[in-house]
Amino acid sequence: MLRKLTLTAALALSLPFATGVSASGVETEIEDFAFSFEGPFGSYDTHQLQRGLQVFTEVCSACHGLNRVAYRTLGDEGGPMLPEDQVRAYAAQHTVFDPTLADGAGDDRPATAADYFGTSQFPHAPDLSLMAKARAGFEGPYGTGMNQLFRGMGGAEYIASILAGYHETPACAPADFPGYYNVAFAAGGYPEECKDEEGHHLFPGSWIAMPQPLHGEDVEYADGHSTELDHEAQDVSAFLMWAAEPHLNARKHVGLLAVTFLVLLSALLYATNKRIWAPHKGKH
Amino acid sequence: MSGIPHDNYEPKTRIEKWIDSRLPAVRFVHDFLMIPTPKNLNWWWIWGMVLTFTLVLQIVTGVVLVMHYTPQVDLAFSSVEHIMRDVNGGYMIRYFHLNGASLFFVAVYIHIFRGLYYGSYKAPREITWIIGMLIYLLMMATAFMGYVLPWGQMSFHGTAVITGLFGAIPFIGPEIQTWLLGASAVGQPALNRFFSLHYLLPFIIAGLVIVHFWAFHSTGSNNPAGVEMRKTSKEEVKKDSLTFWPYFVMKDLFALSVVLVVFVAIVGFMPNYLGEPVNYVPANPLQTPTHIVPEWYFLPFYAILRAFTADVWVVMFAHWISFGIIDAKFFGVLAMFGAILVIALAPWLDTSTVRSGRFRPMFKWWFAGLAVDFVVLTWAGSRPAEGIYPYISLIGAAYWFGYFLVVLPILGVIEKPLAQPATIEDDFNASHGKAE
Repeated sequence: MLRKLTLTAALALSLPFATGVSASGVETEIEDFAFSFEGPFGSYDTHQLQRGLQVFTEVCSACHGLNRVAYRTLGDEGGPMLPEDQVRAYAAQHTVFDPTLADGAGDDRPATAADYFGTSQFPHAPDLSLMAKARAGFEGPYGTGMNQLFRGMGGAEYIASILAGYHETPACAPADFPGYYNVAFAAGGYPEECKDEEGHHLFPGSWIAMPQPLHGEDVEYADGHSTELDHEAQDVSAFLMWAAEPHLNARKHVGLLAVTFLVLLSALLYATNKRIWAPHKGKH
Repeated sequence: MSGIPHDNYEPKTRIEKWIDSRLPAVRFVHDFLMIPTPKNLNWWWIWGMVLTFTLVLQIVTGVVLVMHYTPQVDLAFSSVEHIMRDVNGGYMIRYFHLNGASLFFVAVYIHIFRGLYYGSYKAPREITWIIGMLIYLLMMATAFMGYVLPWGQMSFHGTAVITGLFGAIPFIGPEIQTWLLGASAVGQPALNRFFSLHYLLPFIIAGLVIVHFWAFHSTGSNNPAGVEMRKTSKEEVKKDSLTFWPYFVMKDLFALSVVLVVFVAIVGFMPNYLGEPVNYVPANPLQTPTHIVPEWYFLPFYAILRAFTADVWVVMFAHWISFGIIDAKFFGVLAMFGAILVIALAPWLDTSTVRSGRFRPMFKWWFAGLAVDFVVLTWAGSRPAEGIYPYISLIGAAYWFGYFLVVLPILGVIEKPLAQPATIEDDFNASHGKAE
């Protein structure tokens, strides 16, 4: 009995706390998109990352920064894997402020591959470098990565759901209520008019400050991939997942090697252990 | 090192004798590895090896991380991202270190509960137990300070909450909190000193681990039957025991390898599942996260801390009897530290002379309740302090203290233990049926 109980205890310790999708009691609609990088064997889809980079460049970067990501990493294995000349060309489209220029007064110059994506254009637009990891708990107060374990969902799903989550504003909301109605966003404002007598929200989500960035057909993909809203949203979310966790492919590869090695080692140690104990257990 | 008669090291060659008479290092290692170990040890006794491995893992990965980390409030978060993105293999080293903390606590909790069930804390092993509890306390301090270093949102606001606990001490609390932080608020002085201590404490833990070994090598290990090894002669000892090397080293290494399969799978495939996602947001003093939760391994005690709200009658009573000096917050802090203290006092609270829970029909069930209680408290600690959860925490906390302060003392008197095997050899042969 002790064994069973403690096993249960150990299990509960190692996989604690299923968390609801909702944050602070607000119901949200987070869609469980199937991303290529899910699961132990999943890896980034290079073409999807390239498409996501395009969406980020043409749409998101108008407001949001990505200042922990260096242009050079666009050419890295396990990333968008742009050829070297394209990485340079991509960087050269952007300017950076260089404090060493103009005799120390500083001046703008074209970026090189060694430079980083810029910071946000607006103070209220958060930097997106780590967003896919920071929102893995869906921004909820009780969210943990456990969503990923039990539902196979994480920050990428959250971001894609936000981007595709702009629905028609409920009629109950006053016309001048600040923000934009989004079914996936929990942390925003919510008009009193849209609550029942007990204060429960009549509609999922809340009002987000960001206007709807993607509407579908915002970009034209070179590979001819569909530019429906859902697809664009997934592509840029995958790109942001890569931006937050650039070595995911390599990490899973190492994990797989290590698991395989240790399983073999365990088998050998098991046999060794059994053999040296056998004379003392009356089984020789 | 050992109080158990066994074959000691005998230098055979001239060189060995020459060295042994000058520095008996080989003798030391030999006698350490050849310690007679009860041969009936079961699989619950493998966690010491896992813990030793994890301590080494944490120190080695930690030393490498320090080479790339910057303990400065504006640079700390970025330097961790530098490790994750630019340092060769840095993401693996950091994820090993990050999840190594969880492995450490999984192992230490199982190790402690093993000791609680089989009565490993009882005479003559009280010092082993106390040293173990000191190690556990230092582990918690080290883990907490390590969590501050990435300087994310939860690092920053968690530090404010935890050091705030000391601020709840009557009269001198605020001064103690300021002294701990090196300033009136969490900032550069706190980060610097936590970094310093986070590097120092593991070596103190390592020192205490050696004392822990020393203590149980002097008494011999406890075992599932809870009866002592016969120690009058080498022959008697040999009937009850096998040498640590190779028998238990191989057994422990096999178990360690199996545990590591799970561990590397977590590191490789889901390294952030046990952490708080919001710690990937850089610390912002002006924006407090909606819900501040400690890492999972603190949750049982965090639940006890929050269980004692101002409307609980013991709290009201303490408040009244102390003329208002003890308020709910301070009571919670006392309860939290008390919950750990009672574990350390188990050797003197348990009045039963029978060590192993296997032969204690009533104790078994109370112990099972404690294990369940621990899980329930962990869960309750992760929930918001509203609705039903504070009540669950309060019942859990009551059971926790009841187990140590009431059940353990009384059971020893009223319980009728089952018959124990006369020797370890009998116990071993009963389960392995050696035909002789």
